[in-house]
Amino acid sequence: MSDAIIQVKDVRYVYARGAVVALDGISLDVPVGQSLGIVGQNGSGKTTLTKLFNGLLRPTSGSVIVDGRDTAKHSVQEMAGTIGYVFQNPNHQLFASSVAEELAFGPTNMKMSPEEVKAKVEEAFEFFDLGQYRDHHPYRLSFPLRKLVGIASVFTMGPKVFVLDEPTTGQDHQTTRVINRLIHKLSERGSTVICVTHDMPLVADVSERMIVMWNAKMIADGTPKQVFSDTEVMQRTHIAPPQIAQISMQLKARKGKEAVLNVEELAAELGGKKKGGA
Amino acid sequence: MAGEIAIKIEGLTFTYAAGSKPALSDINLEIKRGEYLGIMGLNGAGKTTLGLSINGIVPQSTMGFYEGKVTVEGLDTSTTPVREMARTVGIVFDNPEFQMSQVSAAEEVALGLENLGVPTEEMPPRVSAALATVGLPGFEERSPMGLSGGQQQRLAIASVLAMHPRILFMDEPTSNLDPIGKEEVFELARKLNREDGLTVIVAEHECEVLAAYADRIVVLNEGKIVMIGTPSEVFARGDELAKLGLRVPQATELALDLGGSDKKNLPVTTEEAVKWVEAR
Repeated sequence: MSDAIIQVKDVRYVYARGAVVALDGISLDVPVGQSLGIVGQNGSGKTTLTKLFNGLLRPTSGSVIVDGRDTAKHSVQEMAGTIGYVFQNPNHQLFASSVAEELAFGPTNMKMSPEEVKAKVEEAFEFFDLGQYRDHHPYRLSFPLRKLVGIASVFTMGPKVFVLDEPTTGQDHQTTRVINRLIHKLSERGSTVICVTHDMPLVADVSERMIVMWNAKMIADGTPKQVFSDTEVMQRTHIAPPQIAQISMQLKARKGKEAVLNVEELAAELGGKKKGGA
Repeated sequence: MAGEIAIKIEGLTFTYAAGSKPALSDINLEIKRGEYLGIMGLNGAGKTTLGLSINGIVPQSTMGFYEGKVTVEGLDTSTTPVREMARTVGIVFDNPEFQMSQVSAAEEVALGLENLGVPTEEMPPRVSAALATVGLPGFEERSPMGLSGGQQQRLAIASVLAMHPRILFMDEPTSNLDPIGKEEVFELARKLNREDGLTVIVAEHECEVLAAYADRIVVLNEGKIVMIGTPSEVFARGDELAKLGLRVPQATELALDLGGSDKKNLPVTTEEAVKWVEAR
């Protein structure tokens, strides 16, 4: 329990106006370093849930403990060093006239010393492989690079948890690939990564665990393999598992088995190559 | 009507600014009436520019250098006023919220009709019919802002349908929608295509979606058409697509991994892949 970076305990959240229940009895522990995918239709409570993590919203009842601190007792500013939010559209986030300035803004604002800021920025240039763009204007960069700069500018604040809101929406395959790789890299260095998304192949690729929100409740919690295999939940929520998972579940010979989440694995299971087989 | 040409593009080259690379380069393409055409390509490949050239926004309302000829239902899009073109081609973009400006759904749909000069008394029945077509009957007085993303996008489609276009161009119409909204929009487009015979053109990143709905797919790369064919013909060329930074449906990838080589009959959808694997 002590190694959970986020502990959500029996949380209910009601938007005051109109008494809309956005979260209803949510309990969730996110261990340090976990890669978590949160999925569900719009209005199911996903965004409300993530807004509890940095104290932007406080639970109507129940508690949210992040990195040992009760969000009800700390300001959003105090939580900002722990939870890093990356917005869907980097254009809403970037404003400086060079990449280097962009990356320095967050930590400077957090009152880190100039030396610390410099160290953070250099670390980010290396980690994101953005060094050659340090003097470029963020708006002159290609979209995938801008997206990386958006994440890097959160990285320099040194958060323990990254919350990525729809990191791949509207992106082409090339950009999606860059983002997937980056999420793996963040996980490898021990960061906790939470993706809020409609992109199921992304979840299948990068998340160790996924939860499904539906009408303010959490109705599934497990590995992507387990959750995508839960036909009842998938149908009820209109979530389409990755195509390969659907194919694997519909093959008569595999009836009752768990979904397979990548093509090579299913091809190997089916014996590869040509005709014949078992 | 079937088999007749709805859109004919001849030698179309368009460059936004002098000295820059053309957004479209020597495009030649015929699209049949009633066809469902998918357009694939990386961001910046020219998908949107191609769509805008079909309703005349390119070149009429866009700065740039234009060569070639685009004929849509017999109209030359470089000279027919864009307002007139709207009677023939309806365009829907990726962000439905940006397209909403009115206080009620009915006014939203009526806006385009007003621009066309449709007499006031003709409007209510056309508005109601368009709302019913997109599955929003009785939504006349609802506020567009209070609708879900999928409903807003269907309302945007109703706004163009009220003008009775023969062609619907949708530019990444579901990239901002949740799974339910996505299903709603693509099912609607399929219905308009199959039942009402609308020519549908969709620019889309998700190849599984194009595989499931499109009759033919055009692949654009740096403003040029690099492939064109049925979904199984195009996706059979997985290696070439990968070099362009594009991917194929997992259904096709699986068949290619399993040694599938009959390019005309590679599976592109879930159902086809299941059948294909079980017939091995």
